[in-house]
Amino acid sequence: MPDLFAPLAFTFVQRALVGSVLVGIVCASVGVFVVLRGLAFLGDAISHAAFPGVVIAFLFKVNLAIGGSIAAVASALTVGLIARRSGLREDVAIGVVFSGMFALGVVLFSGIKSYTGDLLGILFGDVLGVNEEQLAIAGVVTLVVVVSLWLVWKELVFVSFDPVGAAAAGLPVLRYDALLLALIGVTIAVSVQVVGIILVVAMLVTPAAAARLVAGTLRDMLALALAFAVGSAIVGIALSFFGNTASGATIVLVTTAVFALVWGIRAVRLRLLGA
Amino acid sequence: MTLAVTVASLPVVEASRTIELQDVSAGYDGVPVLRDVDLTVRAGELLALVGPNGAGKSTLLKVVAGLLPPMRGRVRVLGARAGEESGRVAYLPQAESLRWDYPLLVEDVVLMGRIAKLGVGRRAAAADREDARAALARVDARDLAQRPIAALSGGQRQRVLLARTLVAGPDVLLLDEPATGVDPTTEEQLMRVLEQLAAEGKTVVVSTHDLAGVMAHFPRVVSLNGRIVADGTTAVLRDDRILRETYGGHRPGGPQLYGDEHHA
Repeated sequence: MPDLFAPLAFTFVQRALVGSVLVGIVCASVGVFVVLRGLAFLGDAISHAAFPGVVIAFLFKVNLAIGGSIAAVASALTVGLIARRSGLREDVAIGVVFSGMFALGVVLFSGIKSYTGDLLGILFGDVLGVNEEQLAIAGVVTLVVVVSLWLVWKELVFVSFDPVGAAAAGLPVLRYDALLLALIGVTIAVSVQVVGIILVVAMLVTPAAAARLVAGTLRDMLALALAFAVGSAIVGIALSFFGNTASGATIVLVTTAVFALVWGIRAVRLRLLGA
Repeated sequence: MTLAVTVASLPVVEASRTIELQDVSAGYDGVPVLRDVDLTVRAGELLALVGPNGAGKSTLLKVVAGLLPPMRGRVRVLGARAGEESGRVAYLPQAESLRWDYPLLVEDVVLMGRIAKLGVGRRAAAADREDARAALARVDARDLAQRPIAALSGGQRQRVLLARTLVAGPDVLLLDEPATGVDPTTEEQLMRVLEQLAAEGKTVVVSTHDLAGVMAHFPRVVSLNGRIVADGTTAVLRDDRILRETYGGHRPGGPQLYGDEHHA
């Protein structure tokens, strides 16, 4: 049997662990609202919209997460604006803005003659290549997102549960919605480094969705989502090390397995209770 | 022995005007649903808004709550512009517009009535929870506090929403169809609470389809059909001409389209 802790001797594994745990924390916390409000499609779209920002950041040798954040948040807020002003449904506005942004990213990307693994890493994740600067940024972003959520948790719940009642009570509903979109955008941009643009929505949605299946209260849902995401991150890094598989995708597969397991346990429990 | 009570010996207090609408038109996307509304409601009044779906009952409540800016006219609530005194005005939305599938406990929902007062970053304290329990007790739902909201019946949902409204401690209560989907016992109990609130000097405005309930409990009725058709006592509902103007060909009490998507 291999020594489970042997990989921890490598600095890049330590960094990968810290990075994916941070991503697990930030994605699970924001993911609670993504799942409750049915924003999975928006999350998927935001991650694709981050792409041109990442490519531009690469061209100008800026931190990729910063470029991605700016593009993701700007696109998310643009969608909200278009949906409100044009009277089009939000999913339509999402389809227009984000596919356009992703196409822009692909065009810019194809113009780069000698692209490197850095950019491919953005598409599919490259947590093993995370450097200290990126970890520091991920740490700061996680802290900012978690503190923001802690401050406005009850307001976001009220606005999500009953937007009309919240507006009548004097809460600035549009501003809270914009704040949530911005938090989703920043979360995605910082998580892209670990799981990549294509798979980041899984980190945002799957742990929180698994938690939603069994949690009776929001507190439980948050706690379970955090446990599932952080656990999947650690297990996924270990599996990818020993199996020599792509780390981001392995983490995502573990979250999918957790979801399937929770679903199965719930189904059995319901049958036992029901019968 | 005779009882000599003169009118002069009673305190004659001009109850303050809490809601004033002058020449108000309101609607959505530039299309008015309500036109030329003049309405004054005073502290201590219990008023029912009746009319068919699309008559403008919800629109009127939203204008008073400050949720919908009027297209024309003047709106004053508690002496200020609509929405400015949001801390003293509680609005109870149609229950169907809420996400009852959320993993929340009844107590969580009742405490939402306190969120605006608490402010960002502050959690509900023991005193707030005590008030939430008291509000639930007042609507006869104390035992629901720790119940998941997903398991509530229509009547229980309305009790919970009214408790949330009470926790906000408002002077003006605007209730959008609280009697819809509610069993007769619950309706009687909710009406008793609303009557008490009016007796305490609160202003209570309720939109409803339940004309029998209005006959039994409401001192004042405003019938709407895109405009105010009549404004008076429940005698309004016994006047055939007014009923025809309000409901058109539809006789109230006949089959009605509850759950209609268009609750304008």
